[in-house]
Amino acid sequence: MINQVEVKNVYKNFGDVKAVDGVSLEISQGQFFSLLGPSGCGKTTLLRLIAGFEMPNSGDILIDNKSMDGIAPNLRPTNMVFQNYAIFPHLNVAENVAYGLRKKRLSKDEKLEMINKSLELVGLSGLNNRSSNALSGGQKQRVALARALILKPKVLLLDEPLSALDKKLREQMQSELRHLQRVVGITFILVTHDQEEALTMSDKVAVMFDGKVEQIASPRELYERPSSKRVASFIGTMNFIDAIGSKSGEKIKVENRILGKFELPQNQVSGNHVNNKLTLGIRPELISINPRKSKSADFIEGEIEEISYLGETTYYKIICGKDIEPLNVLTQNSFGQMNYKVGEKVKLNIDKDNIVGFSG
Amino acid sequence: MKFTFNNDTKKGWRLLSIPFIFSLLLLAAPLTMMFLLSFWTQDYLTLDKTFTFKNYIEAATQPVYKLLFTRSLIISLTATFFTVLLAFPMAYFISFHGGERKALWLFLITIPFWTSYLIRMFLWKVILGYNGVLNSFLIWLEMITEPLTFLLYNANAVVLALTHGWAPFAILPIFVSLEKIDRSLLEASTDLGDSAIDQFFRIILPLSAPGVIGAALIIFIPTVGDYITPKLVGGTDGLMIANMIQVQFSKANNAPLAAALSVSSLMIVSFISIVFVLFNRKYLRRY
Ligand SMILES: Nc1ncnc2c1ncn2[C@@H]1O[C@H](COP(=O)(O)OP(=O)(O)O)[C@@H](O)[C@H]1O
Ligand SMILES: [Mg+2]
Repeated sequence: MINQVEVKNVYKNFGDVKAVDGVSLEISQGQFFSLLGPSGCGKTTLLRLIAGFEMPNSGDILIDNKSMDGIAPNLRPTNMVFQNYAIFPHLNVAENVAYGLRKKRLSKDEKLEMINKSLELVGLSGLNNRSSNALSGGQKQRVALARALILKPKVLLLDEPLSALDKKLREQMQSELRHLQRVVGITFILVTHDQEEALTMSDKVAVMFDGKVEQIASPRELYERPSSKRVASFIGTMNFIDAIGSKSGEKIKVENRILGKFELPQNQVSGNHVNNKLTLGIRPELISINPRKSKSADFIEGEIEEISYLGETTYYKIICGKDIEPLNVLTQNSFGQMNYKVGEKVKLNIDKDNIVGFSG
Repeated sequence: MKFTFNNDTKKGWRLLSIPFIFSLLLLAAPLTMMFLLSFWTQDYLTLDKTFTFKNYIEAATQPVYKLLFTRSLIISLTATFFTVLLAFPMAYFISFHGGERKALWLFLITIPFWTSYLIRMFLWKVILGYNGVLNSFLIWLEMITEPLTFLLYNANAVVLALTHGWAPFAILPIFVSLEKIDRSLLEASTDLGDSAIDQFFRIILPLSAPGVIGAALIIFIPTVGDYITPKLVGGTDGLMIANMIQVQFSKANNAPLAAALSVSSLMIVSFISIVFVLFNRKYLRRY
């Protein structure tokens, strides 16, 4: 695949704050790429570095193998959808959408056709003459998208574009954005602090903490094989259990009081020194309650401490002994299924094949 | 349904009544008297109270009044133009490059107000006069041998002095309108391909138009009727309509004519101001 955007060892400081602290990443053409991380981790700064609104202290950014060093934002092949949309209040919808077309030598009819096409693309057909102050948040969002896409940028940058929308609309816009990206085939770089958003929309996600990229992976890999405890707990819920680990050929031997002895493939354990201390990560859905058939030796005894019914699923907190944190367990609900009560003793079975380990 | 005042309305009226009576006494009453006076005539020491348009006809037909009206408008509009033109870059600088010192810059702008307007205007005489600062300096530089006489006592001097005297009044409203511009709009315009100049004309200027038009009105309205500045630095060529009104009220002892000139002046200024405001409305229709 062709690299469309390449960030090479980029640093950006604001005074003492290391906003971007040595980031390198490659984004291929046509990819939906997300920058995910908690607030203040440097996502926006990285996006603005790519757009050209900030200059790196060191390192380089390449778009289509061309260094962007010293190239002003108005001359870069990127366009941005701002967090607050930045719709020009003195211009109507069509004038906003056509804003960037002025320099292109186009006839009035060609322009109108392009405006109509991009409004159609974002689902705002016929709103050409609407005043920009009469738009709802979702509509402003669409105008901002149309305004950027009409210029056919090589890369579209989106800074938390959905964070100001309510939940229903946000979910709808997520799938629309994803669809739009497939239709136009432009590389999208999305900044978000919402892990669900990043997972549902992206081809690839870079998880950032404190100005550094911690892991770059597909959503599935990120969820199933997080490379660190931080990533694991930022994305979804993860049960952490301390264990003893040792190398044994291609496998890692693991030992724990309640889980017993078992082996994990090397690629499921991250970190270098696997000797002795190891933290195991178990997703809540890998644990099942009172399974019909399983080898009796594999059961763990527990007591339900807390139940949260969420409709499609139920969350349980189950105590399995004094020396470990209560386990989070997630079950899919089906009609007529067995109900458990708080305080009830249950037997748990863990799918050990998908446990991950973190060392060091 | 019976129309009744509820408590809040009553309270509101009570609160309003004092300023209302105040402005009625101090603003509406004199204006009404002036208006009435303009339709009477002065007959040496007595006031002839028969209704007549005589004063207005005189104001409209006598060439001297026409000249003074035109000159007042030209001086005031020119001063307004230059004040706004000079104030804009200053307001722009404070708003966009003031950093953390914006408050300090605004404070510095108000410093001229610490001295009276009269003194500031008088100082222009010291600067522009025959033996004034500017002439002495130019002679010292040996650029001229004789003092320049065209500096003071003409319409240009009035424009110059007004432009200086009213600058802060223009800077503040323009500054406020520039402050209100969402900075992400500027980044969006750059992102969409605008150069700095494009951005100025496509975003900054239209969005600061309310401040610019407000500033223009704030300066235009009072300067048309100014009489201190022309009296101090205007000579005979720089006299304005207010100087004539003053003369008619005092030395010429023709208060009705003075009143008619005042009312005419008021009408003209109102008309031009309304044009300004309508232009503003039209421009800002989309807000
Ligand atoms: N213009 C700036 N001046 C000073 N500090 C900044 C500036 N922009 C960002 N920062 C700091 O850099 C860090 C990263 O900010 P940002 O990239 O906005 O984070 P995120 O978008 O991930 O929430 C934060 O600590 C923030 O306070
Ligand atoms: Mg941000």
